[in-house]
Amino acid sequence: MTQSHPDAPSSSTSILKTRTLSVLVENSPGVLARISSLFSRRGYNIDSLAVGPTENPNFSRMTIVINVEDHALEQVIAQLDKLINVISITELDPVVSVQRELLLVKVSTDEKTRSQVLETVQLFRAKVVDVAQDAVTIEATGNTEKISALLRVLEPFGILELIQSGLVAMSRGLKPGSISEDKK
Amino acid sequence: MSESTKMTGASSLVKALEASGVDVMFGIPGGAILPAYDPIFDSKIRHILVRHEQGAGHAATGYAQATGRVGVCIATSGPGATNLVTPLADAQMDSVPIVAITGQVASGAIGTDAFQEADIRGITMPITKHSFLVTDPADIARSIAEAFHIASTGRPGAVLVDIAKDALQMQTEFNYPKSINLGGYNPKLDATPESIRDAAALIAQSKAPVLYIGGGAIKAQAHKELLKLAELTGAPVVTTLMARGAFPDSHPQHLGMPGMHGTVAAVTALQKADLLITLGARFDDRVTGKLSTFAPNAKIIHADIDPAEIGKNRRADVALVGDLRLTIEALLPAIKSEFKKNQPDISAWLSQAYGWRNRFPLGYDHPSDGSLSPQYVIERIGKLSGPDAIYAAGVGQHQMWASQFISYEKPRTWLNSGGLGTMGYAVPAAMGAKVGAPDTTVWAIDGDGCFQMTNQELVTCALNNIPIKVAVINNESLGMVRQWQTLFYNERYSNTELHSKRIPDFAKLAEAMGCVGLTCDSRDDVDKTIAQAMEINDRPVVVDFSVHKDAMVWPMVAAGTSNDDIVNARSLAPIWDSQEL
Repeated sequence: MTQSHPDAPSSSTSILKTRTLSVLVENSPGVLARISSLFSRRGYNIDSLAVGPTENPNFSRMTIVINVEDHALEQVIAQLDKLINVISITELDPVVSVQRELLLVKVSTDEKTRSQVLETVQLFRAKVVDVAQDAVTIEATGNTEKISALLRVLEPFGILELIQSGLVAMSRGLKPGSISEDKK
Repeated sequence: MSESTKMTGASSLVKALEASGVDVMFGIPGGAILPAYDPIFDSKIRHILVRHEQGAGHAATGYAQATGRVGVCIATSGPGATNLVTPLADAQMDSVPIVAITGQVASGAIGTDAFQEADIRGITMPITKHSFLVTDPADIARSIAEAFHIASTGRPGAVLVDIAKDALQMQTEFNYPKSINLGGYNPKLDATPESIRDAAALIAQSKAPVLYIGGGAIKAQAHKELLKLAELTGAPVVTTLMARGAFPDSHPQHLGMPGMHGTVAAVTALQKADLLITLGARFDDRVTGKLSTFAPNAKIIHADIDPAEIGKNRRADVALVGDLRLTIEALLPAIKSEFKKNQPDISAWLSQAYGWRNRFPLGYDHPSDGSLSPQYVIERIGKLSGPDAIYAAGVGQHQMWASQFISYEKPRTWLNSGGLGTMGYAVPAAMGAKVGAPDTTVWAIDGDGCFQMTNQELVTCALNNIPIKVAVINNESLGMVRQWQTLFYNERYSNTELHSKRIPDFAKLAEAMGCVGLTCDSRDDVDKTIAQAMEINDRPVVVDFSVHKDAMVWPMVAAGTSNDDIVNARSLAPIWDSQEL
């Protein structure tokens, strides 16, 4: 969780909100360390971080999800922007962006419950990627709400193992977010 | 490319340093940086061989602080590089442009825990503006050019360039870039016209403004513009520890330094102001005291070249992001045109603020036992050496007294470690300043604790014709820590007694290092001793001033308390008129 200065005057917007930042960075060694070190040093907690290549091999894009107040968000963006390897930062509003995470979950099943689990998989448009005697492994993609909802439904069957990717996100429409635009 | 343009990475490094305008660097060779020292031997760049890498780093900082140019230090891998960590953090905290060059083990050995390997790029990530690791010789010249660009533009800072030994040894072509284009780095120089208008409007509405000046005013070379702004608005001025000299101490609008050991007038004016015109300052905790009670009724104009400073500690009503000199230049006509419509009457405020200054001047007592007052010594050094001299302080009581009791009239005459608070800064920083300004008198005002951390650089000074003057304000203790023990730990002096009047003998130590060593322990001898030190210009001079150990720095706002609770002297808060409370 973000630690704003303990003495900082409280503003009217001191409510924690989940924010998604799309950060375009130079594809060079040490950039990830620089960013994670900044978050750790300034006391900002990362909910998730996903990084991968872009259409231009010179750049990578990070999707960073953080839980902060408005005031702290401005600081996070300003501090990130000071890093020489950071090209641009865009806050992605969930309403005008596509946001996805990937879930792999192994659910305990027996003869009685297997069909119920498979029905759930269908309802959520997820996929079964592995079946064993007493378990199925499910793959699902979706926004955070969908993944949480799926997990809530699967929970009673018994979750044996679970892994989630960080969120990746992209703005809807043509811009902003394209590298040519960001580089200005 | 013809064969003739081929050179080693090391030659490319030295050529790039020359192309960047470097005239001097401070360093120590070692295994991994050794290839670079071969072309350094032939270069026109003066290399000053220091005695400890920390000294090289602070010397680069002192040079940069005194001249406004980029300071350069160079060290080998591993311990050479880690010894630069403190000065890098120090320079970065005080926004001083320095570039550190370090050798790294050969690229194939990186990550194998090789001899003298340390991940200095990683180590310095959080304490530098940027850090490079270069493993390809073709990247050396460009990285150096970029390092100087990053260090000296925008908000200045420390940059490290770590170069693998094999990259220094391999052949390459020299390719120093004509222009620098860093996609992610474009400092904004001009504040928006809207923000200038908004700031001018706030100034025209203010009945109780204060110009709160930080070190950025010196970095931006904005002192002339600042003087115009001060005289246009008529507002009282406070200069932070990093800004001493940005505005003349002798100016009638100057209230002195704010902060933990600021003047009552400066601290109180900030508290009671209705507008802070904040120029290149960062609302540091040593200035604001308890932040939630700082300047409770003030609107804030915040001018800084670093957008991340805006709103970091205190919300700004108007943010002026840009180069401070350009910002003030833009503000001047905007304020004039606002004043044509409405010039506020601030005379009541001025008489109040100047009243505080008259009623609560800085002062000190001479000890009743006849021993020397440290404040007196420092005051006399300032008086006898004058406002053209450069003063570098260590950290602690002597630093605060040097800020309080020397009059600064010009920028770049006061050097100290403000943000990091690095004991041991003074001697090497004075050395660097003297190298940058050889015709200027340079005093290191040091404490006996600080002096014992880095005094070996006096050897460097003696051997390289760098005749600095060092005043050791010897109170036989870690004075500032002792002061806190006096005030907050029931006078339990745990590990603050240094016994430095017995051991070492500073005058003898100075002599052993090729300096002149003088001593002084009586008030009558102070002027005479300073005059004697002023006359020696062929060697460094060290004066051991034996002073009273119980002297304390006043006024004081205790850490974590409100500026409203400033204490003028022990157990004596300023007595406020009822209407001021």
